Amino acid sequence: MNEVELLNWARGPGLMYATIIMVFGLTLRIFEILSLGRPKELAEIRDSGVRDGWMTILKRSLPEPAHWKLITASYIFHVGLLVVIFFFIPHTQLFRDVFGIFWGGWPNYVIDFFTVLSIAAMLYTLVTRFYDPTRRILSKMSDYFAWVVTFLPLLTGYMAFHRLGMDYTTMLAVHILSVELLMISLPISKLTHAITFSMARYYTGSNNGRKGIHS
Amino acid sequence: MSNNKQVLASELQRHGISRRTFLKFCTSMASVMALSPADAAQMAEKLATIKRQSVIWLSFQECTGCTESITRSHKPSLESLIFDFISLDYHHTLQAASGSAAEAAREQAMHDNKGKYILVVDGSIPLKDGGVYSTIAGMTNLDMLQQVAKDAAAIVAVGTCATFGGLPKASPNPTGAVSVSDIIHDKPIINIPGCPPIPVVMTGVLAHVLTFGIPELDSLKRPKAFFGDSIHDRCYRRPFYDRGQFAKSFDDAGARKGWCLYELGCKGPTTHNACATVKWNDGTSFPIQSGHGCIGCSEPDFWDAGGFYKSISTGIGEPGQWATGALAAGAAAGLASAYLNKSTKSDAEKNHQEVTLEDMGAKK
Repeated sequence: MNEVELLNWARGPGLMYATIIMVFGLTLRIFEILSLGRPKELAEIRDSGVRDGWMTILKRSLPEPAHWKLITASYIFHVGLLVVIFFFIPHTQLFRDVFGIFWGGWPNYVIDFFTVLSIAAMLYTLVTRFYDPTRRILSKMSDYFAWVVTFLPLLTGYMAFHRLGMDYTTMLAVHILSVELLMISLPISKLTHAITFSMARYYTGSNNGRKGIHS
Repeated sequence: MSNNKQVLASELQRHGISRRTFLKFCTSMASVMALSPADAAQMAEKLATIKRQSVIWLSFQECTGCTESITRSHKPSLESLIFDFISLDYHHTLQAASGSAAEAAREQAMHDNKGKYILVVDGSIPLKDGGVYSTIAGMTNLDMLQQVAKDAAAIVAVGTCATFGGLPKASPNPTGAVSVSDIIHDKPIINIPGCPPIPVVMTGVLAHVLTFGIPELDSLKRPKAFFGDSIHDRCYRRPFYDRGQFAKSFDDAGARKGWCLYELGCKGPTTHNACATVKWNDGTSFPIQSGHGCIGCSEPDFWDAGGFYKSISTGIGEPGQWATGALAAGAAAGLASAYLNKSTKSDAEKNHQEVTLEDMGAKK
């Protein structure tokens, strides 16, 4: 298989498998989670918990002064990822092709800035994970796996754009394959939080609220 | 047919080409191929003294566009003179002989120049059903290629059909078309893809073969001098790409300002060829300069790469349909899972046994 065939495979069958696994898996997981419902509340319900649910979504998104460096790095790479994924013009072309919607893209130097920033922020989170004894103990292989599959598309995308490492065609194929790995990982790893984080926070907050613990 | 004693210098003289003009040609050819000035002088020296090189040109599943490209220059050029200078001993379109006389000429050339002739191939080779979809003088393309390649010094595959299978290989590939490299593995092969290839690239490679031998090739056996850079890297519209300025249609304001054609499906970023530097029609223009995106014709499987008017960042196929199908299947599986969860829950409730304090040993 030459580099063009690899690219065509990544854009064709590879993308098809990844899309099917990701969409099927995420839909299944949402149905599974929602159908679990709540455990029966044996004590008297003290509040509807709606306000606490929403407040928990909000509060857990706010930076904590005690860990401001880590939180800032996390914010940077999350925002950077969103910008790079949704506003790099070649990516917008894919979304337009799939959804029929085009929301405009940003110039390459802006995307480049966010990419470098995100890569630096992700490296910071990894290094501090090693150096912080508490987080090191808490970290499992699945945490490192999630980091790697998120980092690879950023790195390979940057390398492809700047013609680093391999020739552009091969690097573009590797980049698309790394994105497909990320897509497949979404429903089967902790990366599912990309779509469940607000559900999970609302559930925890409202559950506590029903018990009288307000957020 | 060939007069192998004639040297190029005398041939050029006969056509009224001065030595100065010839040196200029060699310098520009060396420059195009990224050779050093010293190599240009060496090329001139060697080219001037080369004898007529026997070339057998086999045309298989092709459209003759490659031959048209190499022969249809607007004015007689040095490139075309060099092409004229080679001893083209067999070529369907250009030779006067036909039928058994033509085949006899091929066999004669093979015999007289055994191990020394250059084999040029344009067109793909059909393998399906015993190769019956393309035959010459009752011989399948596969048999003829194997027979002629056996004693060739080198093979030059010209055009995307011969190099990568091209249009005949496009899905569903009804004739089982393959490229020369898929069949011949024991000879040096130079691929000059393009639909058609640029004339100066063909003659430039030929000049290189005649003077310095096989040029440096990339992983797809293409001469790096001409196929080392992508169209995108050498495109004059590249700054617009970097600034995010794209034409949205072929006649909008952006298109009129010469903005990048990426969103209109230009395959420049993944296409390697010399169009953006050498250009076509005596260096007049090339497709992107004329307002149309590159279709990637010098890359393998370019017909099956997702449509000429879709960006290379889009999927090949229908990702939207796959996603819709997966969503429906996921929802169905999710509902089934929800039903199972519900019945597990109700079974648990049904089988729930209350435990009293007495059961736990408390005294009344």
